[in-house]
Amino acid sequence: MAKSLPAKSSAIRSFRPFRDRFAQFALYIVAFLISASFAWIVFDLVRGGIGHLSIDFLVDVPRNAGRSGGISSILVSTVLILLIALAAALPLGWATAALLAEYVPANSSFGRFVRYSLLVLAAVPSIIFGLFGNAFFSICLGMGFSILSGGLTLACMLLPILISTAETGLRAVPDAYRLSAAALGISRTAALFHLLLPVAAPALVAGLLLGIGRALAETAALLFTSGYVDRMPSSLLDSGRTLAMHIYDLSMNVPGGDASASASALVLIIALLLINIVAIRLIAGWQGRTIIPE
Amino acid sequence: MSIRSSIGMIQFVTLILTLAFAWHPRGNAASEKLVLTGASTIAPLASEIGRRFELQHSGTRIDVQSGGSSRGINDVRNGTAAIGMVSRGLKPEEKDLHAHLLAWDGVGIILHASNPVAALSQQQIRDIYTGKIINWKMVGGKDAAVTVVNKADGRSTLELFLNYLKLKNSEIKPHVIIGDNSQGIKTVAGNANAIGYVSIGAAEYETKHGLPIKLLPLDGIEATVTNVRNGTFPLSRPLNLITREPSNSLARKFIEFAGSAQVHDLVEAQYFVPAWVR
Amino acid sequence: MLWLLHGAAGIAAAIVLLILLFLAVEAWPILRHIPLPHFFTDASWHPGEGMYNLAPMLSGTLYAAAGALLLAVPLGMASSLFVLYYASPGLANGYLRLVELLAGIPSVVYGFWGLTTLVPLINQIHAPGASLLAGILILTLMILPTVALTAHAALLAVPHEYIRGAVALGMSQWGIIRGVALPAAKAGIVAGVTLATGRAVGETMAVLMVTGNVVQHAHSPFDPVRTLAANIALEMPYAMSDHRAALFLSGLLLMMLVMILWGLPAWPRKDIHG
Repeated sequence: MAKSLPAKSSAIRSFRPFRDRFAQFALYIVAFLISASFAWIVFDLVRGGIGHLSIDFLVDVPRNAGRSGGISSILVSTVLILLIALAAALPLGWATAALLAEYVPANSSFGRFVRYSLLVLAAVPSIIFGLFGNAFFSICLGMGFSILSGGLTLACMLLPILISTAETGLRAVPDAYRLSAAALGISRTAALFHLLLPVAAPALVAGLLLGIGRALAETAALLFTSGYVDRMPSSLLDSGRTLAMHIYDLSMNVPGGDASASASALVLIIALLLINIVAIRLIAGWQGRTIIPE
Repeated sequence: MSIRSSIGMIQFVTLILTLAFAWHPRGNAASEKLVLTGASTIAPLASEIGRRFELQHSGTRIDVQSGGSSRGINDVRNGTAAIGMVSRGLKPEEKDLHAHLLAWDGVGIILHASNPVAALSQQQIRDIYTGKIINWKMVGGKDAAVTVVNKADGRSTLELFLNYLKLKNSEIKPHVIIGDNSQGIKTVAGNANAIGYVSIGAAEYETKHGLPIKLLPLDGIEATVTNVRNGTFPLSRPLNLITREPSNSLARKFIEFAGSAQVHDLVEAQYFVPAWVR
Repeated sequence: MLWLLHGAAGIAAAIVLLILLFLAVEAWPILRHIPLPHFFTDASWHPGEGMYNLAPMLSGTLYAAAGALLLAVPLGMASSLFVLYYASPGLANGYLRLVELLAGIPSVVYGFWGLTTLVPLINQIHAPGASLLAGILILTLMILPTVALTAHAALLAVPHEYIRGAVALGMSQWGIIRGVALPAAKAGIVAGVTLATGRAVGETMAVLMVTGNVVQHAHSPFDPVRTLAANIALEMPYAMSDHRAALFLSGLLLMMLVMILWGLPAWPRKDIHG
C-alpha cells in the first residue's frame, strides 16, 4: 500500500475520456455496494448482540449452554487451533511455493502434478475435510477429538490458499533480481530468504490473511476433529470448540442462543481485524528491514 | 529476516509448543474421562449435565461431542464413545444396545403468527404436505400459496411426523427442506405463508420472546410442553442415552445422574420434558 | 535443502490422494450392490426408500457455483482496481480491511444472516425465498474477498516500469488498467479465481441454510436447490450404512467432477508459467 502507483499521478487526471469516467463511477458503485453489504451484516450482528457484550463476556466461561457466561475458554481454544494450523501450514506451504516457483522447471511433471493436486484440494468441501480429518488424524493417528487434530485438518485446508498466493508472488518478482543476486555470488537459498521473499511479501500477506480468515470461519471441518467441548483446554490433546463452532451451536442448536451468537460473532470480527492489522505491520516491518524502496 | 532472528523465532515457537504439550495438569492421567457422542439436539443438554456432574465428582471429565444420532450409535458400537446420544427410539436392528431415557421432546406444527388459520385436521395436514392443498384459502386462510417446510431425510422428527400422518417421504412435496429445529423456526418466522414442524419446547421459547410464529393444536390438543409432560399430546419423541453392556462404572454413574431429579432444571432449561415425570 | 522442498510439496499432493482414497473406501459398500448408473437415473434422492439420484444435486452445485463466480469475479476485480488505482490511500486502506474482514466472517454467520434477512426479502419477490438466488448471493459475498485479495496482490506485483512506460505513452487510466496491468497480472488473477471456484463448489454451511435444500433441477433462480456439499452435511449425522456410503460416493463424484474441470484447461497450459 505504501507503493502508490504512478497511475494516480495528476499527470493522468487531466486526460479523461467518457470511458474512464464511467469506469471510475462503476468501481465506486461496486465498492459502495460491497461496503453496504458488510455494514448491513455487521449492523444486524450489533443489533442482536451488543447487549450481550461486556468484559465479563470475554473472561468468563460459558454457562447454561452458552446463553450466559462468556467465551474465554472458547477464545483460548480458537487461538490454539489457529496457531497449530498456521505453524503446520505456513512452513509447508511457503516451502512448496518456493519449490514450485524457484527450483522446479515450469514444465516438469512433478510441478504440474503438485499444482493440479492443490487446485483439487481447494475444492474439497469443508465437511469432507472434517470427515477425513476425523478418520486420519483423530482415528488413524490416534489424536481423538483434540485441538491438535482440528489444527492439522485446518492446515490441510489452508495449504492451497497459501501456496497459490505465495507462488504467484514469487513468480512476479522480476528475474533481474535473481540474476543480479547470482552475479553477486549470493547462493540461491540466501537470495530466496533475503531478497525474493521480502519482495513477494504483499502476496504472502494476502495469502496469510485469507488463510487466517478461512481458518477462523470454518465449522464443518472442526465439528468432527476438534469437537464440541467448551471447557478450557488444558493440553493440545484436549477437545475444544472454536468461536465459529460456538456461534453455530448457539444460533442453530440451542434455543435462545441468538444474542450470545451475535455477540460472539462481533468478538470474532474485531479479533480478526486486530490480527490482520498486526500481521500487516509485522510483514511491513520485515519488508522494511530488508528492502530499500526505490 | 536474518538467519539469527529466524532461528530465534523457531526456538521461541518450539518452546511455546513444548510448553503447551507438557502443560497437562498431572491430575489428567488420574482423572477419569467419559466421552459422549451423538445427536446435536441432545448435546447442549448433555454438556450442561456433564458440567454439573464434574462439579460433584471432582477428577472426572465428561467430554460431549456431537455428530448426529447415527454417529452416536456407531461410536458406542466400536468403542470410541462410552455413551451415545440418540434423539429417537432404538430400531429393531439396534437391539444390541441399551437405551436409557433422558427426556421427551414434543413435535408440533408451526405457522406464521399472522396466519389466520387456527387449527388443521390430520387430513388437511396430509393434503398440504402431499401438495393437494396448495393455497391457504382452501383451509380458511388468506389467498396465498402454501410454503411447505419439511425436515431432511433420516431425522427422527421426520420419521415421527411421517408415522403420524401415515405418509412416505417421497409423497411429500416440500418447498423448503431444513436441518435443525432452529432453521425451521427461522424459516417459518420469515415467511408468512409457511408451515413446518419443530420441537415444541424451542417453538414455545421463541414465541415467548416475540418471534412471529405460533404452534397449532394437533387432534384438538394444544401444543404445549405441559401437554407433552402429561402425555396428552400425540406427537413426541424420546431422547435417549445409549450404552453397550457391560458399560464402565463412570458411564453408569453418569446415566444415573442424568436420569435423576437433580438435573430436571437443566432439562427444562433446554425446553424438554424430564424423563421420569411421565 | 532441495529434497526438503520436494518433500514438502509431496505432502501437499499426498493429502489429496489420501482424501480420495478415504472417500473411495467409505463409498465402496454401496457400489457393491447398486450399480453406478442408478446414481443418475433413479427417480429422485430418497435414501430411505433406496433411491439415489445425484444428478439434480450436481446441477444445483454447478448452478450455484457458476452464478456466484459470475458475480464475484467482476465485483472482486473491481474491488482490487478500486483499492489500487482509484481510491485515496485512507479510503483504500479502510476498504481493504473491510474486504479482509468479509473473508473471515464465519460461514454460519453468512448463513444465519441469509436465513433471517436475505431469504425473507427474496420471499417478498417470489416464494419461498430460500432459493438458488439466495445461495448465489451469499456465495458471492463469501468468495469475493478471495478474488479481490489475490487480484490485489497480483496487481501490486506488476512491475512499475510497465505502468510508467504506459503513462509516458499518454495512455488513460482505464487504458493502462485494461491494457497493461490486467494482462500482466493475469496468472495471479486466474489463480485467485480458481481458489474462489473451489470455495464456491465446496461451501457447505451457509449454502445449507439459504438454498432451500429441495432436491430438484432448478428452472429459475427462485427455485430451491440442494448442493452436494450441503447434502452431505444435512444427512450425514443421521445416515446409517448404505445411506452413509451413498453420501461418501456423492463426495467422491464431486471431487471427480472438480478434477475433470481443472484437468481440461490445465494440462495443455504448459507455458503459462514459462
